[in-house]
Amino acid sequence: MNNVDNLINLSKDLRWQIGDDFHDNLAEGIYADAAEIVKDSVHKKDENKKLRLDATIDRIVTSRVWGFPIMFLILAVVLWLTIVGANYPSSMLATLLLDTVHPFLRSMAVAASFPAWLSGFLIDGVYLAVAWVIAVMLPPMAIFFPLFTLLEDFGYLPRVAFNLDYLFKKSGAHGKQALTMSMGFGCNAAGVVATRIIDSPRERLIAIITNNFSLCNGRWPTQILIATIFVGAVVPKAFSGIASLGAVIGIAVLGMAFMFFVSWGLSKTVLKGEVSTFNLELPPYRPPRFWKTIYTSLIDRTLIVLWRAIVFAAPAGAVIWLISNIHIGDLSIAAWSIDFLDPFGFLLGLNGVILLAYVVAIPANEIVIPTILMLTVMVTGISGGEGAGVMFELDSVTATGDILKAGGWTLLTAINLMLFSLLHNPCSTTIYTIYKETKSVKWTTIASILPVILGFIVTFLVAQIWRLF
Amino acid sequence: MEATPKSACEACPQFNAAGLKKLGVNTTEFDFVVALAGNPNTGKSTVFNAITGLRQHTGNWPGKTVTRAEGAFEYNEQKYKMVDLPGTYSLLSTSEDEEVARNFLLFGQPSVTIIVVDASRLERNLNLVLQVLEITDRAVLCLNLMDEAKRNNLEIDTRTLARDLGIPVVPTSARFNKGIPELIQTISDLANGRIVCKPHRIKNIPKNIESAVQKLSTEIEKEFPNIPNSRWLAFRLLEGDSHVIEMLRKGELIEELQ
Repeated sequence: MNNVDNLINLSKDLRWQIGDDFHDNLAEGIYADAAEIVKDSVHKKDENKKLRLDATIDRIVTSRVWGFPIMFLILAVVLWLTIVGANYPSSMLATLLLDTVHPFLRSMAVAASFPAWLSGFLIDGVYLAVAWVIAVMLPPMAIFFPLFTLLEDFGYLPRVAFNLDYLFKKSGAHGKQALTMSMGFGCNAAGVVATRIIDSPRERLIAIITNNFSLCNGRWPTQILIATIFVGAVVPKAFSGIASLGAVIGIAVLGMAFMFFVSWGLSKTVLKGEVSTFNLELPPYRPPRFWKTIYTSLIDRTLIVLWRAIVFAAPAGAVIWLISNIHIGDLSIAAWSIDFLDPFGFLLGLNGVILLAYVVAIPANEIVIPTILMLTVMVTGISGGEGAGVMFELDSVTATGDILKAGGWTLLTAINLMLFSLLHNPCSTTIYTIYKETKSVKWTTIASILPVILGFIVTFLVAQIWRLF
Repeated sequence: MEATPKSACEACPQFNAAGLKKLGVNTTEFDFVVALAGNPNTGKSTVFNAITGLRQHTGNWPGKTVTRAEGAFEYNEQKYKMVDLPGTYSLLSTSEDEEVARNFLLFGQPSVTIIVVDASRLERNLNLVLQVLEITDRAVLCLNLMDEAKRNNLEIDTRTLARDLGIPVVPTSARFNKGIPELIQTISDLANGRIVCKPHRIKNIPKNIESAVQKLSTEIEKEFPNIPNSRWLAFRLLEGDSHVIEMLRKGELIEELQ
């Protein structure tokens, strides 16, 4: 052991002798060696044009004038393709799973003489929840994820980080948070895991806590549907598509604004500290290998996220069916809860149904809308569904709108629902991921509660101001 | 998915494609450990996928691989475990990813280290290569993204490069599966001692530092005769690497290195 101490002491002495520029000298030595080696083995035939092309693209997409408009344009195109492209496969899947397979399963259950509660629980509860999630989520994800992955493989994401770096620095956060934010647009749990690229624990916590402000894949369909029904309806028909797209992008951008605002707030209060500097190499643009990218993003992202949604939707479907069919006194548990939550919902410009739906849907954001529809039908007593506690999708957007309007929905309800969908607790998977990454109950709690509080404040203010006019 | 078009080379018996079995994540028993090091954004994960048959997502942004990924393959009835290290520009600083990479090379004692570099940016990439060669004796340079280098009109004399670095150099375009069979053959040759490396050691260091390094590494060798990379340890001690000093104090370093 003594010898080891001698070694360490010797190294201390030597370090003293050679002075403190050892690190620089070593690095310089390495570079000098590298330059010698390269001189002998690499030959450039002429000035390379490819680099110049890269530089030209970079000058445009990271320019002060064009950087942001191009970013929003790309976001708009991706969303537009997702919204328009997902319509047809969605309705086809809905026809297949809800109009064909569901009655078939029911008749099978009758043939096998299942008791009514069992077939209700399994087929109307569990199966329908799963079928809905597949019909509504699979098509947009199968379009959104590959498009996103293509952009990623092309090399656009580091440019986004470069454009946003200034804003992140201003809010006291790490510039690489732009990358984790972008991942959050796909899935917040994935975004939280991606924060590992941020070295400083302080800035990493900020990135984790604010990742929920990236509108995730489970929430895009909600935004799109509600915007189509309510926002698209207040403008002339020719502009309804653009108006609803604008509303959805508006919510997404608002989310980013909240991300900067909350990051700033955190870095000025509980997570004070210096902004660390970092190097971000802008990698060369590489034409993505189209089919390979499509394939891997379908397998690695779409199916994994879909599977997770199914796993969570199945029990949620069962819970919805149960609370609608178990009665206390003359009302079901669901009806009791809605009555109880209604006054509170009114203050927020929402209603009891929406609040209850958000409680039931903590496991997976994507089942919020079907839950709302099912509960609304039950409360209003209009026919259109298939019975108490049965989750369903209506064939057309108009029919969905009719049900919601019968439930007392106005433009205010719709806008506040979109806001609340942006600003509420992360789904349970994300919460669990946050806990795994931070290993801290305190930070997990803050990351879960903070967005809900913001959601309450924002929807309350909007509702109060709205009602003044 | 794996039905990639076969080039004439791949069909040639010398590449022994039949001897290759991609084992994916099945890393239970293995004969050799292969480490994969390299700068960010050089296609490390693509090389990893091409060899193991895994499909780790490979994004075009630095820092994609944040932890070590592991996979395996079998070649000529020998099993290799592959460890994909986080991409780093250097091994000299204290950030988390560099520490993971450095400690694995130093203490994980990989049988072979593949250093993936971007052929178009060789000079910048050599910084890491030369550092890795201070740590390990058995390494191969995977000169990746050759397709881009060609488009950039770069010509690389791989023989001279191999001679200067003292390790085999394999040009590849992992995205198109080009050069991967040759790379696997080289890994197997290195692991089985059919190729012996004489890695380049950093030369352009000021005299006073060089003599300090020599003095210290002689002492280290006296204390631990079987240590393979006393020179690198000397660098770390002069740098004041608290992790290495701590391990030395506890006597863990020796266990790890033997």
